[in-house]
Amino acid sequence: MAIERSEVEKIAHLARLGLDEADLPRTTETLNNILGLIDAMQAVDTDGIAPLAHPLETTQRLRVDLVTEANRREAYQAVAPAVEDGLYLVPKVIE
Amino acid sequence: MHQLTLAEIVRGLQDKQFSSEELTGALLARIADVDTRLNSFISVTGDLAIADAKAADARRAKGESDPLLGAPIAHKDLFCTEGVLTTCGSKILHNFKAPYDATVVAKLKEAGAVSLGKLNMDEFAMGSANESSHFGPVKNPWDTERVPGGSSGGSAAAVAARLIPAATGTDTGGSIRQPAALTNLTGIKPTYGRVSRWGMIAYASSLDQGGPMARTAEDCALLLGAMAGFDPKDSTSIDQPVDDYLAVLAQPLAGLRIGLPKEYFGAGLDPRIADKVMAVVEELKKLGATVKDISLPNLQHAIPAYYVIAPAEASSNLSRFDGVRFGYRCEDPKDLMDLYKRSRAEGFGDEVKRRIMVGTYALSAGYYDAYYLKAQKIRRLIKNDFVSAFEGVDVILGPTTPNLAWKLGEKGGDPVSAYLEDIYTITANLAGIPGLSMPAGFVDGLPVGVQLLGNYFQEGRLLNVAHQYQQVTDWHQQAPSGF
Amino acid sequence: MQWETVIGLEIHAQLSTQSKIFSASATTFGAEPNTQASLVDLGMPGTLPVLNEEAVRMACQFGLAIDADIAERNVFARKNYFYPDLPKGYQTSQMDHPIVGKGFLDITLEDGTVKRIGITRAHLEEDAGKSLHEDFHGMSGIDLNRAGTPLLEIVSEPDIRSAKEAVAYVKAIHALVRYLGICDGNMAEGSLRCDCNVSVRPKGQEAFGTRAEIKNVNSFRFIEKAINHEVQRQIELIEDGGKVVQETRLYDPNKDQTRSMRSKEEANDYRYFPCPDLLPVVIEQSFLDDLRSKLPELPPQKRERFESQFGLSTYDASVLSASRELADYFEAVEKTCGDAKLSANWVMGELSSLLNKEGLEIEQSPVSAEQLGGMILRIKDNTISGKIAKMVFEALAAGEGSSADEVIEKKGLKQVTDSGAIEKMLDEVLAANAEQVEQYRASDEAKRGKMFGFFVGQAMKASKGKANPGQVNELLKKKLEG
Repeated sequence: MAIERSEVEKIAHLARLGLDEADLPRTTETLNNILGLIDAMQAVDTDGIAPLAHPLETTQRLRVDLVTEANRREAYQAVAPAVEDGLYLVPKVIE
Repeated sequence: MHQLTLAEIVRGLQDKQFSSEELTGALLARIADVDTRLNSFISVTGDLAIADAKAADARRAKGESDPLLGAPIAHKDLFCTEGVLTTCGSKILHNFKAPYDATVVAKLKEAGAVSLGKLNMDEFAMGSANESSHFGPVKNPWDTERVPGGSSGGSAAAVAARLIPAATGTDTGGSIRQPAALTNLTGIKPTYGRVSRWGMIAYASSLDQGGPMARTAEDCALLLGAMAGFDPKDSTSIDQPVDDYLAVLAQPLAGLRIGLPKEYFGAGLDPRIADKVMAVVEELKKLGATVKDISLPNLQHAIPAYYVIAPAEASSNLSRFDGVRFGYRCEDPKDLMDLYKRSRAEGFGDEVKRRIMVGTYALSAGYYDAYYLKAQKIRRLIKNDFVSAFEGVDVILGPTTPNLAWKLGEKGGDPVSAYLEDIYTITANLAGIPGLSMPAGFVDGLPVGVQLLGNYFQEGRLLNVAHQYQQVTDWHQQAPSGF
Repeated sequence: MQWETVIGLEIHAQLSTQSKIFSASATTFGAEPNTQASLVDLGMPGTLPVLNEEAVRMACQFGLAIDADIAERNVFARKNYFYPDLPKGYQTSQMDHPIVGKGFLDITLEDGTVKRIGITRAHLEEDAGKSLHEDFHGMSGIDLNRAGTPLLEIVSEPDIRSAKEAVAYVKAIHALVRYLGICDGNMAEGSLRCDCNVSVRPKGQEAFGTRAEIKNVNSFRFIEKAINHEVQRQIELIEDGGKVVQETRLYDPNKDQTRSMRSKEEANDYRYFPCPDLLPVVIEQSFLDDLRSKLPELPPQKRERFESQFGLSTYDASVLSASRELADYFEAVEKTCGDAKLSANWVMGELSSLLNKEGLEIEQSPVSAEQLGGMILRIKDNTISGKIAKMVFEALAAGEGSSADEVIEKKGLKQVTDSGAIEKMLDEVLAANAEQVEQYRASDEAKRGKMFGFFVGQAMKASKGKANPGQVNELLKKKLEG
């Protein structure tokens, strides 16, 4: 399944990756090479095989409902690019 | 002193032949001297290390004797270390001082280990050459024109060059075993769930496992014993006691059943590597092992399945790097979309972006069944291959890599050819079984690794086989000249 | 043309766990920004989720209460999209394997009829944070305290046919989650939020019309208004030759209109896939059996019991069972006084209007169930009349006494039942109205009936309402005849 330039642009948008116009042909080609490698698996007969999402196939352990986290806002926001009044700042969110 | 193995260091510290402060100081000096040629460290935390070493010596003086008390190590730079830069080899985390310790980091601290710093790696652990790091490529001490393998290339180069006796690494598709093979080290990827992933920055969550890299199986046993164990903070961590890996090392190999999968010796394998692997088999036979030909028929499908599953998980795992709460943010974003797109485009390198794109595509509407679901079905076929193989054998043996360490830049323009280098290692991650790589000799002065795969939770058996082999051979003792 | 409205609702109920669904931080409302956001809630690199067992238990309780199938195997999936209030760039939710499958809920309409609304599914997921749009130099502020609060998303079938039915359904869900104690139901704080899928079709047509989704409506009143407005908009649009577009709309209560959320319109591709950090959750039958045995009596059962045990009408029974607190109050009153009908009348009458007027919840009632029951007892044993009871009730509400008896005593409201005293009082009344007595005696039966009321009124007035009305009647009749 070869992908087109427009699809590459769509994927990049979904993944929120800015794309350089000039790089598009090269990116498209590389992605097509990778997809070519991947597409080899279409030939494998997987009829009746259940997908395996997790190697160990065990079940989820649950946590007791207890609050053990304390407020560490200062430490956590020390690594933030922009904060004010305890809030993370981003360019205006339009609803 | 830098020639000592981790086990020898532990004994030397116990016998007070030297102090942790002396040793740490010596190694820090060596790093400062030598690492300019390798670029294996991203951060060297000298002051912290000396303080920790002094504290370890003080604890020793008070009669304390934690297993790794005062022993120097270093961490792959994707293990979060509180207050210390944790970059994942990426520009997007170039300024990220983690606000907490990974469980592995905390456990090793608790065992008394002294960390000298953070080791270079392929960006977000994506790569098998350590060429994709934002902080520059790492060189192979056996030939500084060549790659050390990846993604734990910094760990491999630093240990191989005797800058540190042992290091932590992670392995999503071979990132411990392949660099271990290319730098003459022993490294083990444990069973999925054996080592906690809390604080280990995720590449592909269902494949990632942390593990030790060192020169000997004994050192790996020592380090893994301290790293492994149940962690309530990781839902995929297994609540099962950790075996005493050191205790099983001495077990004789008589009766060991080794399987040789024919698919591991087919086209694509450098015949000189095949010879080295067969020589290991002969040696193990002398130690009492029996050998059987087996088949893992779905091996060839592992690469496509892996290069769907890993990027798919990565595309989602890496969405949190958005320039809002931590890490790199682009200059003067004009709106929210611009903030996202530029921060991520400028913060991630090419290989990371490629894998995010592939993963996004594989999960997107209309392609999910053909790619993601199909890959997961193949994943089960691969697991089934191992389940039936282990009905008849105890360990599976083969080459770790199809080729020797290649030259820096050689595969830069062609990701697909680099992906093919992972062929022998990724099946263990897809199935979740443990895998170990150990030195098996040299071709043209470059190290060759042999891989041992075991059944679930058979880390002890793999370390035992490697240790017994290392008792009768000295490949693992060879040091790169010039280091 | 006659139009039919088709409505399906998605209700997000915040589960009232102590800690978040995947982290151990508190879920308390109203904390300082980002002080309840842990490493996990912030999506810090390297962090991992661990599922809260209480959230699973609460979801199962809900499933049992609506007679739903509860999946033995549960899978959490990631819904991937970028938004500043979504720290990981994905929301952990459930897609193919929701915890609660098909079930139903019976609702009572205003005319007393019962309608069954199908529930398609209910699944667990994490809430997002909040974007604050006050002006931070042209920027928005992000508060992630709410991120990771457990939500149960309850999806109904398109079985609802009017805004009123929609409100009745949301009220029934609201009552149910509060009965179960799994959600505080506080809509003003966003503990229960509602997305309304609304479409119209010509009456008789089977195919559904194109629907619009109104997001995040947060009060019963707004649900009704938003739906009514949207229905009107769609009908007018179609009748003018236009077409309804499938889109997300926002209800603006200030302008009483819905408007399109254009920024969210761009085609989303959420790329759901099983969350690799979480393993499948297996729910054992024994766990469900145990939960079922501990389930409280729920509104439908309670309503039926109120009808059969107390002989209440369906409407009264459903009003009184609509909230656990109200039902408990009513039962406590009934227990004290032993008269269900009087209890129901007083709870639904005087008490409800008092609470309404004061804007109080039943738990905050100034008159306790024991006080009200005690007062009803005094009506029953003729200590006070119904009319005096209202005075007693008001006094209790105003805190003028700790019990009806105390108020009656203090204010001297006890009925006069001493025949001698009443006779004496009547004699005075008759003497004062001698002229009317003459007229009465001269009149025929029909006229006397009317005039009799006048004497009763005079007598009650003279006794300040305290004379036992039965005795007054009887003795007055005797005296007038005599």
